[in-house]
Amino acid sequence: MAAAQPSDTPARSPNHPLVQAHGLTKRYDGRTVVDGVGLTVRTGECFGLLGPNGAGKTTTLRMLLGLTPPDAGELTVLGEPIPERAREARTRIGVVPQFDTLDPDFTVRENLITYASYFGLKGETLARRVEELLEFASLKGREDVNIQSLSGGMKRRLTLARALINQPALVVLDEPTTGLDPQARHHIWHRLRTLLSRDTTLIITTHYMEEAERLCDRLAIIDQGRVIACDSPRALIQAHIEPHVVELSGHAATVWLDKQGALPEGERLHRVGDIALIYTHDPRPLLQRLDADGLRYLHRPANLEDVFLKLTGHDLRD
Amino acid sequence: MSPNLRFLHVWRRNLKVWRKILIPSIMGNFGEPVLYLLAFGYGFGMLVGDLGEMPYMVFLASGIICSSAMFTASFEGMYSAYTRMDVQHTWSAMLGAPLTVDDIVLGEVAWAATKGLMSAAAILVVAAVLGLVANAWALLALPVLLLTGFTFGACAMVVTAFSKSYDFFLYYFTLVITPTLLLSGVFFPLEQFPAPVQMLAYLLPLAHTVELVRPLLTGTMPTQVLLHLAVIAAYGVAGLMIATRLIRRRLIR
Repeated sequence: MAAAQPSDTPARSPNHPLVQAHGLTKRYDGRTVVDGVGLTVRTGECFGLLGPNGAGKTTTLRMLLGLTPPDAGELTVLGEPIPERAREARTRIGVVPQFDTLDPDFTVRENLITYASYFGLKGETLARRVEELLEFASLKGREDVNIQSLSGGMKRRLTLARALINQPALVVLDEPTTGLDPQARHHIWHRLRTLLSRDTTLIITTHYMEEAERLCDRLAIIDQGRVIACDSPRALIQAHIEPHVVELSGHAATVWLDKQGALPEGERLHRVGDIALIYTHDPRPLLQRLDADGLRYLHRPANLEDVFLKLTGHDLRD
Repeated sequence: MSPNLRFLHVWRRNLKVWRKILIPSIMGNFGEPVLYLLAFGYGFGMLVGDLGEMPYMVFLASGIICSSAMFTASFEGMYSAYTRMDVQHTWSAMLGAPLTVDDIVLGEVAWAATKGLMSAAAILVVAAVLGLVANAWALLALPVLLLTGFTFGACAMVVTAFSKSYDFFLYYFTLVITPTLLLSGVFFPLEQFPAPVQMLAYLLPLAHTVELVRPLLTGTMPTQVLLHLAVIAAYGVAGLMIATRLIRRRLIR
């Protein structure tokens, strides 16, 4: 199952970028959906595209696959110019689309075999690989079941297994856990980490901050078609946000804040809906004041969502 | 369009699905046209008698074989292909693999042609059993019917490329397929029509299929074979090129 590929192509040499994009732009009917996106994805990393719905994540992914020709910009994936040689690149890419594209007329096993046939795979090698993937996706014992009777989580795992049928060097996943329950999400994350341990490169879009924080080595925050920040989750948090967050909500919080007037130096207030977020390097004075006034609050470390709020100035539009 | 055989992957996927519903599929292939043949042939044939030297049943059998190739391929290229494009997202899965829109459209049209051939061949068997086929030269009709299926499959895919829903296909059936059926000498000889209508009929591909297939089934040699084949093929090639272009515009954007 290791992503063993011939190592003679330049894209496979260590640290050579697997994806290189400059100034990618896409307009639909005069509306700019992707606006000068530049990305570099390194071999073996998990790279995240994080952003709200409509930020241009899916369009960017489609560009990488050659399914959306950019209006401007340059793009190389696995050493192939895209979209010119997208088909050739896709022989070494696995795709997990956002929406289910499994074949409802086929069983679990038939889905894998049929998809493999699109890559020209057959015979002994394929039979062995199908068994390995059924194991990997925990679908043993269900191989002859029609896919309509699978749960959402099983369908996702089958889709992931299907994406690995060609032993891809790069797997592209568009919101792989959207709509799944917590257990099913953990199942998927577990398998994605297994892939990373085998040096498969992953590009993943998500609007779940915790998913991005858990999985991604580096990520690009995208808003309105632009990359507004790109680094590791930890570095993004360190660079952009105070380490402590105190959350207040409800009427009592509003009254309390009004009474406070301006917050002291070193405490930054950000309101989202009826929630007030106070960011600070030293939370102790603030907590003392809150405790003294008997207010309910939540004190937590800063996370990606806070970075996102600060950089975009607005809430996630989930 | 660089020449390659990748379209066969698409064709084979459809064949695999078809094999799962083999029995109802074959029932459908035989069922309806056989009913038409028997009901019209006996019922109508009594009134009509012979057409020249030809018993009406023989005339009708060859016509229905041709129209069956047209209908089956058209259905496949519209309802079934649309389902794979827009409902099941089968094509979108294929586009994640190393297949292109060109491969998919060609594979679908080849499959529509195959289904057209299968349904026409089924009726040919029935017609042979009923003694309505002259001799083994009738087998030469099969490649003509395959080509006819290809042509109507390709034209159907043009309609599919435009469609926003299944409802749209009714326009095509009402405005194109039904007139083609009535104008192409399937149920009665074209000579019944005034000359301008006959001219119009020969602008449509099915009339040329009938001109080729009917003689082959009755033991005579068709005339102007290349011309007939060229007209059918021209519609097929044009349909394939236009469908590929439109579907590429629809999916790659």
